[in-house]
Amino acid sequence: MKRHILSGAMLLGATLAFAAPAAAQGSGSATIDTIKSRGMLVCGVSTGVAGFSLADSKGVVQGIDADTCRAVAAAVLGDVSKIRFVPLNTTNRFTALQAGEIDLLVRSTTWTLGREANLGLLFAGINFYDGTGFMVKSASGVKSVKELDGATVCVQPGTSTELAIADYFRLNKLKFTPVLIQDQNEIQNTYLAGRCDSYSTDASGLAAFRFQQGPKAEEQVLLPEIISKEPLGMMVRKGDDKFFDVVRWTLFAMLQAEESGVTSKNVDEMLKSTNPDIRRLLGAEGDLGKAMGVDNKFAVSIIKGVGNYAEMWDRTVAPLGIPRGINNLWNKGGLHYPPPIR
Amino acid sequence: MSGAVIDPRQAPIRAAPKKALSLSWSDPRFRNIVWQVVVLGTVALIVWYLVQNTTRNLAARRIATGFAFLGRTAGIPIGEALIDYDPSISTYGRALLIGLLNTLKVAVVGVVLATILGTLLGIARLSKNWLIARLSAIYVEVIRDLPVLLQLLFWYTALQGLPTPKNSFHPLPGVFLSNRGIKIPVVEWETPFWWALAAFVVGVIGTVAWSRSATRQQEATGVRPKVWPVALGFLVGFPVLIWGALGAPFAVEMPVLRGFNFTGGATVSPEYSALTLGLVIYTSSYIAEIVRSGILAVPTGQWEAAGALGMRSGTVLRKIVLPQALRVIIPPMTSQYLNLTKNSSLAVAIGYQDIVSIASTTLNQTGQAIEGIAAIMLVYLIISLSISLLMNWYNARIALVER
Repeated sequence: MKRHILSGAMLLGATLAFAAPAAAQGSGSATIDTIKSRGMLVCGVSTGVAGFSLADSKGVVQGIDADTCRAVAAAVLGDVSKIRFVPLNTTNRFTALQAGEIDLLVRSTTWTLGREANLGLLFAGINFYDGTGFMVKSASGVKSVKELDGATVCVQPGTSTELAIADYFRLNKLKFTPVLIQDQNEIQNTYLAGRCDSYSTDASGLAAFRFQQGPKAEEQVLLPEIISKEPLGMMVRKGDDKFFDVVRWTLFAMLQAEESGVTSKNVDEMLKSTNPDIRRLLGAEGDLGKAMGVDNKFAVSIIKGVGNYAEMWDRTVAPLGIPRGINNLWNKGGLHYPPPIR
Repeated sequence: MSGAVIDPRQAPIRAAPKKALSLSWSDPRFRNIVWQVVVLGTVALIVWYLVQNTTRNLAARRIATGFAFLGRTAGIPIGEALIDYDPSISTYGRALLIGLLNTLKVAVVGVVLATILGTLLGIARLSKNWLIARLSAIYVEVIRDLPVLLQLLFWYTALQGLPTPKNSFHPLPGVFLSNRGIKIPVVEWETPFWWALAAFVVGVIGTVAWSRSATRQQEATGVRPKVWPVALGFLVGFPVLIWGALGAPFAVEMPVLRGFNFTGGATVSPEYSALTLGLVIYTSSYIAEIVRSGILAVPTGQWEAAGALGMRSGTVLRKIVLPQALRVIIPPMTSQYLNLTKNSSLAVAIGYQDIVSIASTTLNQTGQAIEGIAAIMLVYLIISLSISLLMNWYNARIALVER
């Protein structure tokens, strides 16, 4: 509950305690050096969103955000299991990254200018294209967000969602009363108890929430309007360009693997491929991985560990009934467009 | 009481012969000055170093600093505010002010209610009535042992168990109890009400003056003239007269169910109710024990002596025991008031937007964690110091009664 205060205090402590910013060291990246000496990547994820990062019955965190973290661990350390997940809520996530508690934040966080300009943090890519949606109870008979005038809306504070809703209702001259609770389970229970007429967050999060209701899913309806762009991605600290590169190209490698048809099943055969694009991706040709400061075959570790983007999607998000839509590759009508690996 | 008071503390102090300050280590005054300069200088140096270092590190990490964000448009929605707030034009500074007012709203109401409830419970536990004493003891022992956060979540969940606005519970005309909160009718405020309020203030002054003159009369003649009819006239009759003379305007705004929720009237939100209720119930269990210990600290002889004078037990409690018990009660009571105020920060758990909730949203949206935490610290420091000052002043007044 009070973790954001703690992180804030820790940030205060960290900035007070370190006499000078960490000087450039061996690999040229303080973060990569820390990860290697620790032998483990520390990744910030959510406190539990199905499809993104949610612990399964064995306590293993599953989801597209968790797998993106694993892919980075595979790229840096060559092993997807060398990872520790730190669950964070919406208000303590940035301070945790700023204070160095985590190396990487993959917590369905929206890429905005304000966050890059003010927080000293940087988005390294988009692993999910999303938008703000609204959920209502089917019994209410509401069919559109425009009918929500005067409604009470449950939303988590400190999110881009809360700003998007305030803007949208103002623009459409509608009134609403917010109920703001930090803890995700608590806000969902509050909505289910009837304190709010509507629950708003990213459409994917709503789909996941609806899915978690099991047989009662029919009682909840997603309204058709998507009122904002919410590109969700991975965040790193500013000032460590090498680690930034690794995170960014980890995602691109997964997308390129999908585009080139490389999967976790055929990756070994693909190493013998004659296609130069595939050979460069897998590090059979050239030394692009080494130039970036990781193993030359980093993409092989990633693909063997978590698969290409499509495999990751099918394993994590697809079971929630979320269509691939704009999250498809560019040549299939989507927005994912990995730059050439050469 | 008796005539001449000889208090050695009030006798003029014989001044020590003035001696020039010598710059020698054997002069205690010189030594004191040197040590004080050294300590102050060290503290100033440490503070300067920490501030410099923080600023440099924040700049190196490219994290925005400064308090300029207070003047920027907030854009964050706020559920309940005592002053006007519109996310499209209001600033972060105003949002934080609303947070401060919301915290005070809980603290002030909470302290008053917890004191009343706690005092009643403390007295009840000492009651000769077996049932009342046991019930009060059970209340104290159970409530004191449960974590306050758990209690807040319990009350919040319980309030959500109320029916929806359409099926709301409707005990009195214009009063609706639903899971959206308590809706009550409000009287539309017009100018004559200000005059009536002014008349009430005059009435309070008049009542105090009359009560003092009654005390003087009692000391002179032994008979205390009745105070309550005069007080009633001053406090109720006079304002009503003024209000009536100005045309007696009275328009009630009733809450009406429209669409999703009620419009019109005033709302007490479930978040505020749960927080205040939870804190009052929790803190009152501690206050009950403090009051009980205070009463027990008054020697039994005082009760017996008052009884021998023919006083009733209620009068004994009010006139003899409580004034003496207060000396024991006030210092720990101050701690409980401070605890209640600080516990109000648990509001974030149940979605009440107090200063911590709004400041943490602000620091998250602006990324300025240090400024946000500093704002929270400053607010609690100011509130806590004010409570302490007030209670210490009151304590000093009470303590003087002892002879």
